[in-house]
Amino acid sequence: MNRLHIFLLCLAGIFVVLYAMLPKRPHIAFTYLRYVILILIASVVLAPFVWLVCSAFKDPTVLMKYSFLPPPSEWSKELNLKNFIELFKSQPSMEGKVYFWQYIINSLFLAGTTTVVQMFFSSLGGYSLAKYEFRGKKFIMLFMLASMMIPGVVLLAPVYKLIVNIGLMDTYWALVVPGACSVFGMFLFRQAMVGVPNDLIEAGRIDGCSEFSIYLNLIMPLVRPMTGAFCLVVFLGSWNNFLGPQVYINAQSKLTLPVVLNQYVGVYANQYGVFLAGTLLAIIPPAILFFCLQKEFISGLSSGAVKG
Amino acid sequence: MKNAKYKAYVKRTPYMFLAPYICLTCIFFLYPLISAVILSFQQTNGPKSRAFVGLSNYAFVLTDPDFRKAVSNTVIYAIFSIFLQLPLSLGLAMLLNTAKDKTKGFFRLIIFSPNLVGQIFVGVIFSVLFVPRYGLFNRFMQDLLRWGLENRWLGNPSLVLPAIIITALWMYVGFNMIYFLAGLQSVDKSLIEAARIDGANAWQVFWNVTLPAIKPVATFVVVMSTIGSFQLFELPFALLKGEFGPSSSGLFIVSYLYSMAFRAGDLGTGAAVGWILTLMIMAISLAQIKISGTMKEGQ
Repeated sequence: MNRLHIFLLCLAGIFVVLYAMLPKRPHIAFTYLRYVILILIASVVLAPFVWLVCSAFKDPTVLMKYSFLPPPSEWSKELNLKNFIELFKSQPSMEGKVYFWQYIINSLFLAGTTTVVQMFFSSLGGYSLAKYEFRGKKFIMLFMLASMMIPGVVLLAPVYKLIVNIGLMDTYWALVVPGACSVFGMFLFRQAMVGVPNDLIEAGRIDGCSEFSIYLNLIMPLVRPMTGAFCLVVFLGSWNNFLGPQVYINAQSKLTLPVVLNQYVGVYANQYGVFLAGTLLAIIPPAILFFCLQKEFISGLSSGAVKG
Repeated sequence: MKNAKYKAYVKRTPYMFLAPYICLTCIFFLYPLISAVILSFQQTNGPKSRAFVGLSNYAFVLTDPDFRKAVSNTVIYAIFSIFLQLPLSLGLAMLLNTAKDKTKGFFRLIIFSPNLVGQIFVGVIFSVLFVPRYGLFNRFMQDLLRWGLENRWLGNPSLVLPAIIITALWMYVGFNMIYFLAGLQSVDKSLIEAARIDGANAWQVFWNVTLPAIKPVATFVVVMSTIGSFQLFELPFALLKGEFGPSSSGLFIVSYLYSMAFRAGDLGTGAAVGWILTLMIMAISLAQIKISGTMKEGQ
């Protein structure tokens, strides 16, 4: 018997007592049980995050000594900012000294650009599929569906050769351009825009708007929830993308956070404290974005699946 | 205003709007697709030399014991993600479904949060949590079950796959839960009431009312998570520090492709692996859609 067992037994005991004391209203006991299970699961899910925060501030020598934080008496000795200081030190490379700031800026720039570019081209394509009738539309939609069946890795080797051949190696073009127009995004935007009344578009035409300004000024504001959801998905994907920069970028000063942080824990390095400090910082931007776009994200993500 | 010139302009517009997609697809999808087919029939030694070798890349891959190991690992992982992870996601969604909106949002946020962290970060974090004797997971197992303190999760061939499955469970349970929650919201409440009044127990209600109602969502989630499982790569790659585990116990189909194409430099064999993977994914997802009987695009 240890503290964890006693704690769990107490929780179970309360359930039995509730169930026995209120035989006419057993749902109270079951509601209690439901929340206990949810809270336990939520704690298990959160535990690695708590561990991450604690570990980032622990002295590298005591990383594994304690599960979470050292006892308060040792705080002054064993908690410090060594990991962060090490992280922000300059690193020598072929292109001179590189600072950690550089990778944060790279990652922000790359994820931001990818998000804006993908949102623009995907919504433009989606609009044209939603609100225009034209020859070849059926074929394009079928082709898009079929292309979604092919896993990206099949194209990894030939796209790599292509990128090398057209000289985009070691540039951000190689990471932004190939995926600039996402098929998934086009379907998502089409779905959201199909419901916009045609009268609105006609009214815009009568008022003399160009087709592009109808798309930009009339339609896009109406599908803001979907735009928010899509942007978050794209930003997360780009921010956390490891394989792309790993394959296409060689220059140390152009690398992004996932690749750089992974260098601290490769086969020949084990600066886990520094890695964890960096990871903690790397989680912040997507977390902020997620909190801001939460509602849009969840409704946007699930509406596609439910409508079928 | 509605003169011929204006009509032509409106008629031209959709093509203009689709032009970026069409151009990019031709350059970065169709052309590589064709060259992937050609590449898979060629042997490449370095970037310059290439020779036509017929089906021998495919023959090599299909008889390579490492590839078989990769396929069996991938299939086991996929089975666990469908039969362990998805039922858990559904269970969680059902626990949450009747809660008040605020509580629901709160727990949904927490349980979804691992998805904000990239697979690479999760992989490395868990590689520390799985350290024998000192790792958080090992300590937790010791406290809970009095077992497993000294387990070498990432060093013992029979424990590597379970470790990957546990890590993926932590990451993706919340992701699928969101889909199930959305699906449960569309279940007709009066139908459940009616079943209850007719004397159905909780299990019967679930099996005969809830499950048929969420079938479209369930099909979508099953197909998506199968496709995702077959493309697993970054998580085990980070968990095992860029290696594939003792005696290939952490080798998956895409890891095999990556090591062939980018470590060994054999792009031809890599392309062949890619096509074999595509055929497997297509066959399995078509079968799943057929079985569920709801042939609908997942959009």
